[in-house]
Amino acid sequence: MPIKRQTIRDHTAEANLFARRAVIAGLVVFALLAMVVSNLYFLQIEHFEDYQTRSNGNRIKVLPIAPNRGLVYDRNGVLLAENRPVYSLEIIPEKVDNLEHTLIFLQALMGITDDEVEDFKQSLRGQRRFKPVALRTRLTEEEVARFSSRSHRFPGVSIEARLARYYPYKETLTHALGYVSKINKKDLQKIQEAGEEANYAATYDIGKLGIEKYHEDILHGEVGYQQVEVNSQGRIIRTLDVQPPTPGRDIVLNIDIRLQQAAQEALKDQRGTIIISSAHTGGILAMYSNPSYDPNLFVHGISSKNYSALLNSPDRPLINRATQGQYPPASTVKPLLGLLGLETDTVTPEYSITDTGQYRLPNVSHVWRDWRKWGHGEVNLSRAVEVSCDTYFYDLAFEMGIDKISDYMSEFGFGDYTGIDLYEESDANMPSRGWKRARFNQPWYIGDTIAVGIGQGYWTTTPIQLVHATNALVNYGARFVPQILQGYREADGTMQPEPLKFLRPIDIVNRDNWDVIQDAMYQVVNGEVGGARFAFANTPYISAGKTGTAQLFSVAQGEEYEAEKVDERLRDNAMYIGYAPYDKPEITVAVVLENAGGGSKNAAPMARLMMDAYFKLYQPELFADGQQTNGELSQ
Amino acid sequence: MKRSTLRENHISFWDRIHIDLPLLLGLLVLMGVGLVTIYSAGGQDMALIERQVVRLGIAIGVMVVLAQVPPMAFRRLSIYAYGAGILMLIAVLVFGDIGKGAQRWLDLGFIRFQPSEAMKLAVPMMVAWYISKFTLPPRLPQIIIGFMLVVIPTVLIAKQPDLGTSLLIASSGVFAIFLAGMSWRLITIVAGLGGAFLPIMWFFLMQDYQKQRVITFMNPESDPLGAGYHIIQSKIAIGSGGLEGKGWLQGTQSQLEFLPERHTDFIFAVFSEEFGLTGVLLLLAIYLFIIVRGLMLAVRAQNAYSKLLAGSITLTFFVYVFVNMGMVSGILPVVGVPLPLVSYGGTSMVTLLAGFGMLMGIGTQKRLLSR
Repeated sequence: MPIKRQTIRDHTAEANLFARRAVIAGLVVFALLAMVVSNLYFLQIEHFEDYQTRSNGNRIKVLPIAPNRGLVYDRNGVLLAENRPVYSLEIIPEKVDNLEHTLIFLQALMGITDDEVEDFKQSLRGQRRFKPVALRTRLTEEEVARFSSRSHRFPGVSIEARLARYYPYKETLTHALGYVSKINKKDLQKIQEAGEEANYAATYDIGKLGIEKYHEDILHGEVGYQQVEVNSQGRIIRTLDVQPPTPGRDIVLNIDIRLQQAAQEALKDQRGTIIISSAHTGGILAMYSNPSYDPNLFVHGISSKNYSALLNSPDRPLINRATQGQYPPASTVKPLLGLLGLETDTVTPEYSITDTGQYRLPNVSHVWRDWRKWGHGEVNLSRAVEVSCDTYFYDLAFEMGIDKISDYMSEFGFGDYTGIDLYEESDANMPSRGWKRARFNQPWYIGDTIAVGIGQGYWTTTPIQLVHATNALVNYGARFVPQILQGYREADGTMQPEPLKFLRPIDIVNRDNWDVIQDAMYQVVNGEVGGARFAFANTPYISAGKTGTAQLFSVAQGEEYEAEKVDERLRDNAMYIGYAPYDKPEITVAVVLENAGGGSKNAAPMARLMMDAYFKLYQPELFADGQQTNGELSQ
Repeated sequence: MKRSTLRENHISFWDRIHIDLPLLLGLLVLMGVGLVTIYSAGGQDMALIERQVVRLGIAIGVMVVLAQVPPMAFRRLSIYAYGAGILMLIAVLVFGDIGKGAQRWLDLGFIRFQPSEAMKLAVPMMVAWYISKFTLPPRLPQIIIGFMLVVIPTVLIAKQPDLGTSLLIASSGVFAIFLAGMSWRLITIVAGLGGAFLPIMWFFLMQDYQKQRVITFMNPESDPLGAGYHIIQSKIAIGSGGLEGKGWLQGTQSQLEFLPERHTDFIFAVFSEEFGLTGVLLLLAIYLFIIVRGLMLAVRAQNAYSKLLAGSITLTFFVYVFVNMGMVSGILPVVGVPLPLVSYGGTSMVTLLAGFGMLMGIGTQKRLLSR
């Protein structure tokens, strides 16, 4: 049957059938191609802009450019913080023919250690081959020169420069100026919270301490951008557009680096702090805390060994004693307590007591002693300040009570942050009934008040608070925030001075009372029995001040304090506050020397050194005709 | 043969060397487009162009030689070619070399050989031979055997695994059966069975990487840096070409290396990016011209075997075009099918032009006999 079918095969019918099928196939082909075209129309015409955007998004990358950090100058234009290029030796693996040979040659030429090579190979892993990898960072100038002269022998190896902070005055200014260091996780979080991520996208370092941290926003600047075309591996093919960064603004500090250096020299190995401030603006001319350390160590990452040495040192170099040290103010606050006595009519300038060296209260067995065992005899307020009579102030404090004292001293800023432009500040403690209740759950005892009367007991202050309060006294109650920043320079070069920040002034009852107290402080320096009269003998300017000797060690009843027998760390702190010139104050000085002994013997001479240094710089004519005596000038 | 000598004066030079001029011109234009695009996609590497020109030369040579062979000779060869091909496919699965994760190559010691490429021609030859033994349209038993002849090599090649080639081979055989006049009722049933076969394919035949391609195709954005990357970058290249294109050598997606497989399977994306929809329409016109010309030659062919073989070769060529453009533009899953005569690469080029050689032989032979 099949054979038969084949013989009668109808070729025409078969040809027609095939032709019909071929036409159908052709139509299907056409329909499917139309489908392809409509899809291409969809992609290339309807969604052209989407895909164009995505195509550009693929190839165009925006790279941030870090702004240069603003420089820091002292009040006379001396550079305190600069940006220096640091050099590193980098290798682009892709451009090196034989990496092993190159490394061996570089080891010989640059003295690169096996460890460095190992680290280099470590960071090479997982890195794109066209991205540079550092073999050694922080090259010395000599190393840079040595490589540069032979660089032609090392294709793919180059020296790259980056700007890094450098502090030429090293440890002299650390606590005030602070330092920058690599942005860490915590900093990044703060940057994100402030919505500044974009601005810091290319930034390497951030202020970590002091002015560098506090005025980060002025110093940092605005990030710039460059638009580049990259290929699929991220290699930059060409730069399309550049929007340069706005550098950070240069700032000028109130600091005079020469006074700062004088303070450092004066302190030598003595733990303590010296602050010199402008009496009428609160501007900080010098603020040195000893011991200090080199901030440059931190810029490139301090070694953990160095860091733990700083952290664990018993001398606590990381603390800024000027703003974070909490010391009993001791006798330095007697003038202010006296002022309160006058303003509250608790005493008059003429009112006097007879000091026998001991102070007793009715029905209390405790005896409070004067620092002078046999007492000062009959003393009024002025004499009590001049000789730093304790008994007078025991009695005065007892009469006024803690509430008045606490309130009034708070007005002078005690127990509160001064608001100086440093984050490293403590508020210390101005005690009150409420504070003691909250802190110890104990009532306030009269004995507590009497201790506060000579600046002891629960009362602690920071040296900057003492400066601040002294400025308030000198300025008859006007108060302003002590500031390290004097101003910044705009892009066009004009100076933008930092405005004074005024605080609530202290109410004056009678201006004469303030004069009485200032006169009493004059007597401390210039009176015939003044506590600082020896330290300030023969100054060519007239100053006023107050000494202080803070006890850190309670002497039991009936015993005597003997310095030699007491552990060095528990010896008295020597303190001094003062200002000059007396009639038209320009500067205020505070000196705190830890465990140095008596204030008049130790702190006052150092304050004098500071005042001498200031006037030698700013009124050299005073020193022109040799030494003049106080008496001659005061007439 | 007697008649042909009588009409010698009316036979053109091209007929005498068995070359169909319109088809040849269409193919040459395509090859030119291919070289221009490869130059751009391959990073302006002249060595690449030189190698492609050499391949094209060889392939054209093969085409010209095969065009001289009378169709009846192929007909007699069909069953042997097919049988040898099946044996070699089995040999590949047992002894084959592994390249790019798939067993496709057979190393005969003096030559490395890809049997699946030969099957692209042997399968339509075999199916055309078998179906044309009977009167057209084929009846059910012949259709069943015809399908068996298609399924066996398809499965063997899919096992290698090489989804693209098995798809091309399956369609070449199916086209022959369709063109032979398989009834519409049966076509509907087979389509239904095919639909039922899809899950079987998914669970038993497809390799994991093939399944991944299908999943990625369904939703490329689900894995934009992994498996979906190719499709996304390809669509970006095509879409950003717009109406007029970015210009020759100006395609950022290709020049900056965002596009994978730029000068081979994804060359259509490069072309679309640089020449836009305008260029693509011109390219499609060339392809359509070649297909229509091929179908015309098939319709004019003298006997059933020649018709079926010519039609199958032409329509399979179309499948290349459709599948490649479809996968590059994201409407079909990515299976490894080159854009015929444009993509860089040797093996498929030779097979394609060998097919066109047979087609030209059929087209020119016919006239010699019928007039």
